[in-house]
Amino acid sequence: MSALAHVGGTSGTTGAGPAGDAPPQERAGRRWLPYLLLLPGGLWLLVFFVVPLLQLFTVSIQSQFPGYPGYYYRDVNFSNYLRALTDFAPQFGRSLLFAALATFFAFALAYPLAYAMAFKAGRWRNIMLIAVIAPFFTSFILRTVAWRQILADDGPVASTLNALHLLPGGRITETAAAVVAGLTYNFLPFMVLPIYASLERADARVIEAGGDLYANGFTTFRTVTLPMSMPGVIAGTLLTFIPAAGDYVNAELLGSDGDKMVGNVIDSQFFRVLGGFPTAAALSFTLMALILAMVFVYIRRFGTEELL
Amino acid sequence: MIRWLQNRFAIIVAVLVLLYLFLPVAYTFVFSFNNYRKSNIVWNPQGSPTLKHWQDPCGAPGVCDALVTSLQIGVIATVIATVLGTMLAFALVRHKFRGRAVSNVLVFVPMATPEIVLGASLLTIFVQGFSRVGLGLGFWTITIAHIMFCVSFVVVTVKARLQSLDPRIEEAAQDLYAGPGSTFWRVTFPLVLPGIVGAALLAFSLSFDDFIITNFVSGNETTFPKFVYVSYLRGIPAQANVIGFSMFVIALTLVILGQLIGNARRSSK
Amino acid sequence: MATNSGFREATGDLRLESVTKAFGDFRAVDDLDLVVPRGSFFALLGPSGCGKTTTLRMVAGLEQPTSGRILIGDTDLTGSRPYERPVNTVFQSYALFPHLTIRDNVAFGPKRRGQKDAMERAEETLRLVEVDHLAARKPAQLSGGQQQRVALARALVNRPEVLLLDEPLGALDLKLRRQLQVELKRIQTEVGLTFIHVTHDQEEAMTMADTVAVMNHGRIEQMGAPADLYDLPRTTFVANFVGRSNLGTGRVVDRDGDHLVAEIQGTKVKVPLARAGVTDGEVTFGVRPEKVRVLRQPPETGGDDVKGIVLDVSFTGVATEYLVRLPSGAVWSCYEQNLDVDPIDLHRGDDVWISWNPAHAFTVPVDEAAAKAAAEATA
Repeated sequence: MSALAHVGGTSGTTGAGPAGDAPPQERAGRRWLPYLLLLPGGLWLLVFFVVPLLQLFTVSIQSQFPGYPGYYYRDVNFSNYLRALTDFAPQFGRSLLFAALATFFAFALAYPLAYAMAFKAGRWRNIMLIAVIAPFFTSFILRTVAWRQILADDGPVASTLNALHLLPGGRITETAAAVVAGLTYNFLPFMVLPIYASLERADARVIEAGGDLYANGFTTFRTVTLPMSMPGVIAGTLLTFIPAAGDYVNAELLGSDGDKMVGNVIDSQFFRVLGGFPTAAALSFTLMALILAMVFVYIRRFGTEELL
Repeated sequence: MIRWLQNRFAIIVAVLVLLYLFLPVAYTFVFSFNNYRKSNIVWNPQGSPTLKHWQDPCGAPGVCDALVTSLQIGVIATVIATVLGTMLAFALVRHKFRGRAVSNVLVFVPMATPEIVLGASLLTIFVQGFSRVGLGLGFWTITIAHIMFCVSFVVVTVKARLQSLDPRIEEAAQDLYAGPGSTFWRVTFPLVLPGIVGAALLAFSLSFDDFIITNFVSGNETTFPKFVYVSYLRGIPAQANVIGFSMFVIALTLVILGQLIGNARRSSK
Repeated sequence: MATNSGFREATGDLRLESVTKAFGDFRAVDDLDLVVPRGSFFALLGPSGCGKTTTLRMVAGLEQPTSGRILIGDTDLTGSRPYERPVNTVFQSYALFPHLTIRDNVAFGPKRRGQKDAMERAEETLRLVEVDHLAARKPAQLSGGQQQRVALARALVNRPEVLLLDEPLGALDLKLRRQLQVELKRIQTEVGLTFIHVTHDQEEAMTMADTVAVMNHGRIEQMGAPADLYDLPRTTFVANFVGRSNLGTGRVVDRDGDHLVAEIQGTKVKVPLARAGVTDGEVTFGVRPEKVRVLRQPPETGGDDVKGIVLDVSFTGVATEYLVRLPSGAVWSCYEQNLDVDPIDLHRGDDVWISWNPAHAFTVPVDEAAAKAAAEATA
């Protein structure tokens, strides 16, 4: 899992040096080699990623046979999109909001952890790194179910809080807060690892020098430490936001019917609503387009083209 | 007192966050000893903790079948994705060719696409196209899907390793009479290998733990995460806790062992 | 794995015949002709970007020339691969194989050439560079100086016809650098191979090499024994890059026997014809700082002299450097040895005369740009 750490941090390592460090020279006859290397993997992605997306798009503009639910015909009908966006606007909004909140909380929790690992942990560093990755090895569903039980109405957390009258609604599960907490928990390591990787790469001496220049610890953090870890923060927020926005397991297990996200809608339109395919496809496509647009704007804004 | 807290703020938060990360794992562990009657949701105060689920981890119907399916898919998907991804990474880092930028985007976009969209789109082609050629939803459609989403992560991991490689080291090999083949197998490959191994581990854990995409393309096939999700409504059998926690221990042991071997190698004279 | 099937035996002088290397429009090496005699210690000296590393890489086979030929003896190596050439390189930053032990690093070359006694050769060479006790370690466990020795051993073990050293001491601290300079020279004498040493450090080039070629803008400006280069630079660039020079530009106005008379910013100076790179029209006139004496009174006997004002005095132990402003506005630098006789007590603002023996003066073609570039490169 530590590999994820690299997502954020490949900046500036591409061979730069004197006299044009071209890769070891190719003989003219080996010009086909890159294509040969590219072919199997590229073909796989083409057939099982690009083609399915195109197919999903054609499904999303199909029309239903009137009176025959579950039957559609090929068409260019964008009303599915209109319907998807009007009927399911709340779920869409919730997905983005919950994902944004979860990303924010994950950042708030992950940064001190990554910072401690990079600068304070000493010889505990590797142990902590393993500890961040380790929970991954227990199934993600199992852990989410565990949260449901821990936070359940008659579970230890809710009953203690209720006894103290500290829980306004009387319960934790079946609330939006529980969904956001679950999302935060599940994607936290995706935030920690890239931030840690970029902090680790940052030179502690530079940060110390910053500490000399600015007496105030917070100013040092804001002007020196944070900018140096920016590539990691960007990678981390993307790696958290994207899966969180598309998730439906947390909303299903921890939320009420009023906390459903767009993922839940896509899932149920596909599997439980007769004739829901075009709607589900339109929803999927809108979600993806929205996220991709945000990702590209975000990357442009913060200028880490290395992500690509 | 306040200064003491200030100095240790990061460490204190870090420890709390780690505890938070481990809480559900601890819960899973504890409830693997629950001597429950109907369902493993609340602790049974009457029954004393029991080892019976650990003695018979396959005792719940279907749980071990699901585990075996997950392991099989995990291994196949890992091997294929690692090979494909490593080749892609070499092509993208080591060669300049037409279409390199497009290829980079093709590798990146699957990682930026929510799993639910990947699952939904794969389902549409598997249902509409592949059933006609005799490939129904099941083991192989899951494997195909897993390979697809693992490839990108393998590429990113191996690419990072390749880019951090000093080009002079390969030049040195050539300078010391190693031809292209010899240079690759004796120098480049051994140096990139840790990255490839890391990528394979990543691919396996992504595949083993995947639920959302799997749920779309699995038909009647059940993987371990799907087993847990489906049996959740009836109450998850404690055997699932046993298996989940065992996977955690096994993986942890492997990682720590790898660390120790690495340390020993580095410090040996 | 016999991958060295294309290996070319060759012996003799290294020759570069009108070699050019262009990267797009930029000519890194421009029509270079060069002969390096077999068994000599040859230095390519120049600022970064002058084409010296590219030249080295072309000899190694890591780059192919855009045009021209590279030969050892009568064997044309142009177009052959690095692994086919009897040439080895000590890389800048060493480029040791991090996954192999020191012994295996050194034995890498002999093994690729299928030599049965690769391990013994490696051990022997490690002894020569005095790091045989580290043979079982990995490169990461060695200090910079030790890695440098291993890199040298890894190239030397192959007994190449030509050994290339690409800024081999650049990453080391000054003291270690001095020590290794002496040792490199010893090893070269011992093994008798042709060494080509690329460096931007003129002191390093001068202490080690038999012959130094000063490169700039992809061309060789001047080539010769270190002492000759220093004593009589032939271009403004060399005058400033190899040591420093006091330079002034003016015109040739007369002849006086075997001397040339030039007027430089209002002062008439003499230069022996044998030392005059330019004998007509516009010239740049120069004298090395240590050849100039600073005096309180006007000198009594011959030589050329100018009156000036002391701008700055810096004491460096062995010598003292004075910066003196001349009436023309030019600032000259003068080194005075701190000998035990008559320490001259001079201060900023004092009036002085500076004087030199015309036998040490020289003229070179006028080249303002080169003067500036060299001054910046050495600063």
